[in-house]
Amino acid sequence: MTDPATTERITGAQALIRSLEYENVDIMFGYPGGCILPAYDPLMDSPIRHVLVRHEQGAGHAAEGYAHVSGKPGVAMVTSGPAATNLVTPLMDAYMDSIPMVAITGQVPTAAIGSDAFQECDTVGITRSCTKHNELVMSADEIPMAIRQAFHIATTGRPGPTLVDVPKDALTDMMDWHWPTDDEVLAALPGYRPNTKGHPRMIKEAAKLILASERPIVYAGGGILKARAAEALRELVELIDAHVVTTLMARGAFPDEHPNCLGMPGMHGNATAVTAMQQSDLLITLGARFDDRITGKVDAFAPEAKIIHVDIDPAEQGKVRKPDVPIVGDAKYVITEIVREIKELLQGGTRQADISAWKSKVSGWQEQFPLTYEPSEPGSALKPQFCIEQLNELAPPGTIVTSGVGQHQMYTSQYWKFDEPYTWVNSGGLGTMGFSLPAAIGAKAAKPDRTVWAVDGDGCFQMTATELVTATLENLPIKVALLNNSFLGMVRQWQEMFYDERYSSVFLDSANVPNFVMMAESMGCVGILVESPEEVAPAIEKANSINDRTVVVEFRTDAAEGVFPMVPAGASNTDLILHPTQQDRAEALKPAAAPVDTKLKDGH
Amino acid sequence: MPRTRDYPGARSANTYSDNMNHHILSVLVQNRPGVLARVSGLFARRGYNIFSLAVAPAEVEGRSRITIVVDLDSAPLEQVTKQLFKLIDVIKISELDPALSVERELLIGTIKADGGQRSEVASLVDIFEGKIIAVGDEVITVSLDGHPNKLDDFEDLLDGYGIVELQRTGRVALPKLDRTARLRAVN
Repeated sequence: MTDPATTERITGAQALIRSLEYENVDIMFGYPGGCILPAYDPLMDSPIRHVLVRHEQGAGHAAEGYAHVSGKPGVAMVTSGPAATNLVTPLMDAYMDSIPMVAITGQVPTAAIGSDAFQECDTVGITRSCTKHNELVMSADEIPMAIRQAFHIATTGRPGPTLVDVPKDALTDMMDWHWPTDDEVLAALPGYRPNTKGHPRMIKEAAKLILASERPIVYAGGGILKARAAEALRELVELIDAHVVTTLMARGAFPDEHPNCLGMPGMHGNATAVTAMQQSDLLITLGARFDDRITGKVDAFAPEAKIIHVDIDPAEQGKVRKPDVPIVGDAKYVITEIVREIKELLQGGTRQADISAWKSKVSGWQEQFPLTYEPSEPGSALKPQFCIEQLNELAPPGTIVTSGVGQHQMYTSQYWKFDEPYTWVNSGGLGTMGFSLPAAIGAKAAKPDRTVWAVDGDGCFQMTATELVTATLENLPIKVALLNNSFLGMVRQWQEMFYDERYSSVFLDSANVPNFVMMAESMGCVGILVESPEEVAPAIEKANSINDRTVVVEFRTDAAEGVFPMVPAGASNTDLILHPTQQDRAEALKPAAAPVDTKLKDGH
Repeated sequence: MPRTRDYPGARSANTYSDNMNHHILSVLVQNRPGVLARVSGLFARRGYNIFSLAVAPAEVEGRSRITIVVDLDSAPLEQVTKQLFKLIDVIKISELDPALSVERELLIGTIKADGGQRSEVASLVDIFEGKIIAVGDEVITVSLDGHPNKLDDFEDLLDGYGIVELQRTGRVALPKLDRTARLRAVN
């Protein structure tokens, strides 16, 4: 290994960049500075493309967007101190949404660590609780192993962000190049052996439960996408002909146009998806985690449902809801096994329970409670839902849509018809405002041939709009649909509903300041202002036709519009608030009265 | 004066023997910088309290064993164990049932012992088979190792004389040997 004739002496910085090349990194997002400077020198000679952002948070979110649509780990490289702290939000965001991401941060020289040196911060300490794993490298020799481990950990098991903190002297010192083997990596990580194969007995048990269920619902979460299990999911759903709900993180994992798809459940899910889960007798939970935005009040969630819970993370089993059949494993592997097991049972003469009564009940809800909004009055502000529908209708095939957090995010998830996986990128768990634009840049970098629409609100947009410069100068032309209602819309909606319409600090006045069209143009983009319904489609068509520049289309939308349905925070899913025009029918969603219930149980 | 009179209700919170929610976790970890911070940080982040913690290198080089006593119901314990196991540096976690494990702890304490009290404290140390480590004009420093319950009793009795300073190590524990293992040891 250390034969001087074959050993190559290179700097730690060269080793770092070479390690990234060995990990097949083709693009990274970053921002140089003092301590990471040595790494930026060999980067100039590397085939790796470096996208220079305008704020480190942008680098992190771009890496997330890249990872979301490509399935490859996103890489962000920044310097020490403030740069590292600016990366904290994207790291936490990636941790919450299980996005594979590798962050590399510069650090002050080893001798200066702990001395409050210029631009020093305890990066591994600060990021310990927002990474899957992090590591402070203390010498140049350790760099290749640290990078290999970071990629291995970020991409296996439940994916997540990792961070490698590299002191400046580790970058400048010389080392003997050595690329660790798989065995060496595993030997260095004796405590990390993610289980991908589900327990065969549990898989059998799940198959039996599924065939016996009269009211099954497939509850598909983001894990389906992480496991590349969309096809397996479809096979399972079509085999048992059950309905599927796709969570905010799983939009696109199952086509919305499929007759078995109920769309998004949860706080702002559609009434059918929410109620079907609530009244189901079996939730086939695949890569989902019973988030509070899905369950509402946990004690009142799906009271009659048995739970099959497939998740690669053992800690998700029983964290919120105790499963009847816990299965720890990779979603794709486990679903495929469940399908095989069901087929075997069917061939052996087991018959699936009759689910037709349940299915027609669900279809009845679908007919009675479609997502709805009232069209805007002539001369008044646009309806945001209308803008999303138009965007969706006119979007070229394969369009990727990203969003920030708030009303516009919910409208997009509700009204965009997703027909393929990896076309929806948003900040689900952490709810990071400002995510949309930099994530869209990352998505565009991963899929340059696709149209990428960043749907944003006026609040979110102003948090990271500076990255429009990045989009322009790095030739990553995205399109921004800015739904400007002059308010922090979601907070305003809560103040309207729960704080007696006392609107505290939610008026952004963004129809006056800033001038978004001028802002866009000043950053090299095309800016378009849309104020009336008939201008919407032409503006979108124009934006779609411009492929060499980033386009910002500002839609002036109605601030009084609210997102419905809604389950108020802490309330039971049976108490969802419907759109005002549907509220009179609410009784149809209530669970059957108690006597009927008892009869049903007696019948079993 | 027994300390329980000074701090009503403190006894159940501060001693091992009365609290049924105490669980012992024996955690084998890679002995790397920051591993203790990762483990303790996880407890803090998830809102759980560590009652006692002892850490030292284990029998294999590069590994340490952490004995953690936590004050939890069993449902959250399962969750905290699972979260703990997600830490990359954690290799193995065993929950030790007190009935099936051997537990030891060390206590050292400086006790007021002027005049006639000195012989009383000395005789107490003798009864408990402890040691007198240092003697001053008005205080003595004593040590005792043994089962944590025994240390509790000893501490309670010392309290009557006035404890100046006292430090316990937190318990360490290992599973009791089963019969086959014992036979092999005898052979």
